[in-house]
Amino acid sequence: MVLEFRDEGLYCPAGDFWVDPWRPVDRALVTHGHADHSYAGHRSYMATHAALPVMRHRLGDIRTDGVAFGETRVIGGATVSFHPAGHVPGSAQIRIEVGGEVWVVSGDYKTGPDKLSEPWEPVRCHAFITECTFGLPVFAWESEAELERQVNEWWASCAADGRFAVVGAYSLGKAQRLMTMVDPSIGPILTHGAVENTNAVLRAQGVALPDTVRVTRETDLKANAGGLVIAPPSALAGGWIKKFGNCSTGIASGWMALRGVRRRRAADRGFVISDHADWLGLNDAIAATGAERIFATHGYTSTFHRWLRDKGYDAHVVSTEYGDDQLETEDAEAEDA
Amino acid sequence: MKHFAELFTALDRTTKTNAKTAALAAYFREAAEDDRLWTIALLSGRRPKRTVTATRMAEWAAERAGLPMWLFKESYHVVGDLAETIALILPEPTRTSERSLSEWIADIRALQTAEEPEKRRLVEAGWDALGGAERFVFNKLITGGFRVGVSQKLMTRALAQATEIDEAELAHRLMGDWSPETTSYRALIVEHDPTADLSRPYPFCLAHQVEPGPEVLGAPDEWLAEWKWDGIRGQLILREGTHHLWSRGEELMTDRFPEFARASDFLPDGTVLDGEILAWDHAANQPMRFNALQKRIGRKTVPKKLLQEAPAILYAYDLLEHGGEDVRALPLSERRERLDALLRDLPPEAPVIRSEGIAFDTWDGLRDLREGSRARMAEGMMLKRLTSPYHVGRKRGDWWKWKIDPLTIDAVMVYAQAGHGRRANLFTDFTFAVWKGNELVPFTKAYSGLTDAEFRKITAWVRRNTLAKFGPVRQVPAEQVFEIGFEGIQESPRHKSGVALRFPRMLRWRDDKPVQEANTHADLLEMLRLYG
Repeated sequence: MVLEFRDEGLYCPAGDFWVDPWRPVDRALVTHGHADHSYAGHRSYMATHAALPVMRHRLGDIRTDGVAFGETRVIGGATVSFHPAGHVPGSAQIRIEVGGEVWVVSGDYKTGPDKLSEPWEPVRCHAFITECTFGLPVFAWESEAELERQVNEWWASCAADGRFAVVGAYSLGKAQRLMTMVDPSIGPILTHGAVENTNAVLRAQGVALPDTVRVTRETDLKANAGGLVIAPPSALAGGWIKKFGNCSTGIASGWMALRGVRRRRAADRGFVISDHADWLGLNDAIAATGAERIFATHGYTSTFHRWLRDKGYDAHVVSTEYGDDQLETEDAEAEDA
Repeated sequence: MKHFAELFTALDRTTKTNAKTAALAAYFREAAEDDRLWTIALLSGRRPKRTVTATRMAEWAAERAGLPMWLFKESYHVVGDLAETIALILPEPTRTSERSLSEWIADIRALQTAEEPEKRRLVEAGWDALGGAERFVFNKLITGGFRVGVSQKLMTRALAQATEIDEAELAHRLMGDWSPETTSYRALIVEHDPTADLSRPYPFCLAHQVEPGPEVLGAPDEWLAEWKWDGIRGQLILREGTHHLWSRGEELMTDRFPEFARASDFLPDGTVLDGEILAWDHAANQPMRFNALQKRIGRKTVPKKLLQEAPAILYAYDLLEHGGEDVRALPLSERRERLDALLRDLPPEAPVIRSEGIAFDTWDGLRDLREGSRARMAEGMMLKRLTSPYHVGRKRGDWWKWKIDPLTIDAVMVYAQAGHGRRANLFTDFTFAVWKGNELVPFTKAYSGLTDAEFRKITAWVRRNTLAKFGPVRQVPAEQVFEIGFEGIQESPRHKSGVALRFPRMLRWRDDKPVQEANTHADLLEMLRLYG
């Protein structure tokens, strides 16, 4: 086994390191900076150069080792490299080769391109460890162009009425992707502090984002009427949103594909914008790896596993502590931010 | 269909009543009359007859999407709605269609006598020509059950705005036994004469709970107090030698309660009564427990034995039509006098019993009497202003419920299951247990009562603390205590705990309470002894 599934996380005995471990270990290779993959307390962190700044921002003074996409490192008896996962800026799939056998840990990934993250690349392997957050055939994303059209149309109609358009989106990744999707000529873009803190980190590492206004007590909201406000989803439920008066609310999440979830969130608009792969994306990704062994980690694992078995894959379910429910974990985390 | 789908999307998108009313009123002004009529019908629960079974729909959709049936079912379980599941899994449409709502409905209705291949052809033509919300609506027309958060009241208000007909008058026109198959928009809404229809009921007057107590209502002598029984709200209509019995949900129940055929032996034509249908213990002169009536709910024909074991009566508390005249505008005191005169001397075999007012002088005095509700098998009291007319719908001010607090017990959560539909990605369905020595005995499930934030919190906890999975059910450690509220308790040999609860729900998450201090099985049995 190139990787073993242990209580602390995924372990590579040949290189004596862990991938996205959830308990403190000596050496962690981390796919990306979201809290359910990048835990505190490890002695050292290896991640892509583009993923590290956010991890430092969140975890404080950590020992890091940055790698470039595609760069090869030898750790003990293992050769590792990081490849774009298309999930958030810097997010990677980690390729591990031991004695000619190649395993890839997907982390979280999205196969469709956007204007923010390095586009996902298939990596040939023998075994593929995949997420399946949206591993049901009811999840089918629309094109980025169509999503842009929906968001811009909504914002423009709010702006025409002089109302704020307040959209809930996770502060790392989704929020910035929205910024790159919208047409800044419609009006100003305002941000919640949690979002703006991440913006600052990403801008400092060279990610191009449109101009934004951080919402503080002093912000002149009248002067910014009709603006787009980007905030963590939990901020839409709290008192924070009251300052925007009679605003229109939206949530950007893959879960918005389901009418029931959309109604529960009680936002005016649900935009089906996800940074995970949809059903077709998952299936295409697996086919593109050429892998025969598939391990499903988080999401609709048992369903997806059965589907893969029926298609002739050597498929397994692996229990991990990665969030299998992004919308809800986003909230939990945003409340800390 | 596009126009109706846009309306549906607009209604579905907002929780604000004003926005919904505006969207509906605009639609009622612009849409073709046939589409208006069908929209009114759909939003008041009158859907076209089902001509294709859900099973066939599912099979055809799965086949078209290239999915095995088990995967379709798993998806359906998560989505929670068949029409939506089908709309989501199908490939994009290849054509567009300009056909209207009523045209599609006409096609669907025409399938009644069609052979299966023809049915399939039409359904697939619909899937091929309609995308997004239109496809969902199309599926809903076939599978039934539109739930868009539009109440009859809201729809009526929008229609009143669009037509400039009085809202209460419209509400009455929309009641009863019509369907787009039997009437037209013009006949129903514009030219309608409500008295032409012998079975047509009046809109029910509904009440809010009085908070915090009746002291806010002012002088006690302006109010009538009555016991509030746990039965089925009903309206009994006697006109021109016929009788009709309606439920509050506008369901015709005449055949389910044959007892009322005799009502016209005792009461004059042109009488409409509002009251509670109860299973009545004639010997004790009091209602039976709700489970006696429960046996009769949902039975279209009633065996003789059940008629004897659980005879139904109407516990009448209001008079809406008297001598063929609508008397809803008269003050309650006057309506009650007339009701008394009608019912005073009825023999015991009459299927109608007069609701007695409760004599009281002060609110405190009434409060003391209310303490005895449970012993009388009442769920509390009703308070009605003596000068008030009989309102249409739930109008604040003149009718109030004053229900007693639920029974409560502190219980330990032992199993959790994910919800579906609105709660697809949350753990919301829990099993609770009480202590029996060192053992936990499960005794009820509960699904509701927590806030969304609490459900998210408990969901995160369940994920991290799963001991074992049994299919969709997760066993969790005995650590979380919840206060469970319920309306009644009865013996149940089918359950391990020996009891079954009525309307159990979570009142509070007792995260302050150590698990050892949850209630015991003995406590539960004591409640059964007292209230069962």
